[in-house]
Amino acid sequence: MTAAFSWNLINDIRDMWSLPFMVNAFRAGTIAAVLAGPVGWFMVLRAQTFAGHTLALVGLPGASAAVWLGVWPLAGYYTFAVAAALVVAALPAGAARGHSNESAAVGTVQAFALATGMLFITLYGGFSGATNALLFGTFLGITSAQVAVLAGCAAAVLAVLTAIGRPLLFASIDPDVAAARSVPVRGLSVAFLLLLALTTAEVSQITGALLIFALLVLPAATAQRLTARPAYGMVLAVVFGLAVIWTSLFAGYYSPYPIGFWTTTIGFVLYAAASGVRPLAERLLARRPDPVRA
Amino acid sequence: MIAMLSHPFMQYAFIAGTAVAVAAGLVGYFMVLRAQVFTGDALSHVAFTGALAALAAGLDARIGLYALSIVVAVALGALGRRGRPDDVVIGSVFAWILGLGVFLLTLYTTTRSGSGNGRAGVTVLFGSILGLSRDSALLTAVIALAVCAVLLAIARPLLFASIDETVAAARHVPVRLLGYGFLVLVGATAAESTQVVGALLILGLLAAPAGAATRLTARPLVAMGLSAGIAVASVWIGLTVAYHASWMPPSFAILATATSSYLVAALARRRPARPFAGRSGRSPADTGSRGAETLRR
Repeated sequence: MTAAFSWNLINDIRDMWSLPFMVNAFRAGTIAAVLAGPVGWFMVLRAQTFAGHTLALVGLPGASAAVWLGVWPLAGYYTFAVAAALVVAALPAGAARGHSNESAAVGTVQAFALATGMLFITLYGGFSGATNALLFGTFLGITSAQVAVLAGCAAAVLAVLTAIGRPLLFASIDPDVAAARSVPVRGLSVAFLLLLALTTAEVSQITGALLIFALLVLPAATAQRLTARPAYGMVLAVVFGLAVIWTSLFAGYYSPYPIGFWTTTIGFVLYAAASGVRPLAERLLARRPDPVRA
Repeated sequence: MIAMLSHPFMQYAFIAGTAVAVAAGLVGYFMVLRAQVFTGDALSHVAFTGALAALAAGLDARIGLYALSIVVAVALGALGRRGRPDDVVIGSVFAWILGLGVFLLTLYTTTRSGSGNGRAGVTVLFGSILGLSRDSALLTAVIALAVCAVLLAIARPLLFASIDETVAAARHVPVRLLGYGFLVLVGATAAESTQVVGALLILGLLAAPAGAATRLTARPLVAMGLSAGIAVASVWIGLTVAYHASWMPPSFAILATATSSYLVAALARRRPARPFAGRSGRSPADTGSRGAETLRR
């Protein structure tokens, strides 16, 4: 990681990609960004950020239970995330949105999951390095087999999301009208939570359970600040996600600082910039008197 | 029981744990009532960065804990309408602050090498209730009592503002100021509880007892008492169990007790008790998705 940076970017990239672990990091990061864009866009639209955060943190007990039992950690990630999604789905409607009184239930699920993760870590014999890796990411420790699993699972999630995309959009924007038009709102909600769980399980393998929002929330929120159109928004979210992960892998390779720091910072700067752009544009446009409204 | 309490470290754990539990129970009740659980969650994670910032700067971790938690509490209030941030703002802000935390963790472990630094992050995240010194236990207790006192002092207007913000504002209750004040209290509670159950687990003490209490009763005073009581009981039971079963980390025992109390309450009362039926201000359409609003722009 002490390779010298030169301004010849092509050479830099060639240099970086001569290392297999960097190639795997780029592959996995690309898959995660492409998957997190659309799923994150729906999550932001449905105001389920709190549920997404909770599902992501369930990766900690999942992975640590798998390590303790000596089974494949990936199995732990996916099993626990899906189980947690079913628990959240079983809670009364509105809980996952973090709005109603019921959000206490989601918070309880999250805290209990983390406490269970801590128990497994203690039972295993305390591995603080691994705990930090689970929470803050192992960008550079991704194996080729893991990339294959990530790609397969991402393709499946995106296929299902494409299939239920239209009714899900309707149910997310106006649940009451959608229900009246006999769209299965409740079923779609459960399906989306399962997709969200699989996505968080995927992305948190790369970014870690705590920093997952760098790919899941920040690009999608940035996109929604810039456009209200669903298709554009999802494409923009993917573009921002890719920009975040590629730039931060690059920056992480040539700097002594952790990649997780770069992903969250770049993502946050994009979001803050987009938040500033819209009011500014509106102010500039508002100068011209509007004959109809004024 | 007597043998357990004869150890000084258990005495300190009980003193600090009880004080933190009372504060968390009371603050948690309002947090659940105001539907700000995610805010509390974010503030508790922020405490992690604060502690590491202070450690990296060579200061006492507690200074960073309190300073950053309170600063972020005020910032979140400023970013939201009427001191209420929405979930994307919370998520974005705390994602970035956690990223800073990782940066500081790297800085701390590389520049201040010494024994057990790799564990610093883990200790902040998961707490070390049995490792408290006499002074830090007493300090925690004093701050917890101060939080309780302030909360009880503003309890009446805060309750009014939480249940019906619009009417409260019309009756000249300083809704916005109360929102900020409450966020600062949540920040302080998160910061002090970090030493007891850790930055990642404090949410359990804030949300579970309060969630259980709001399910069991609709009366605010009773619910506040119940919430604090369940939190204290969770800490006591958790500490006792962890003392006798040494393989079990105390934070896990405390949280497992709090979670089961919520589960029991949820099963006992399928429907949540609602304070003041027919409350206005937050209609179902209002709490719905922001999708309609986004697409309307």
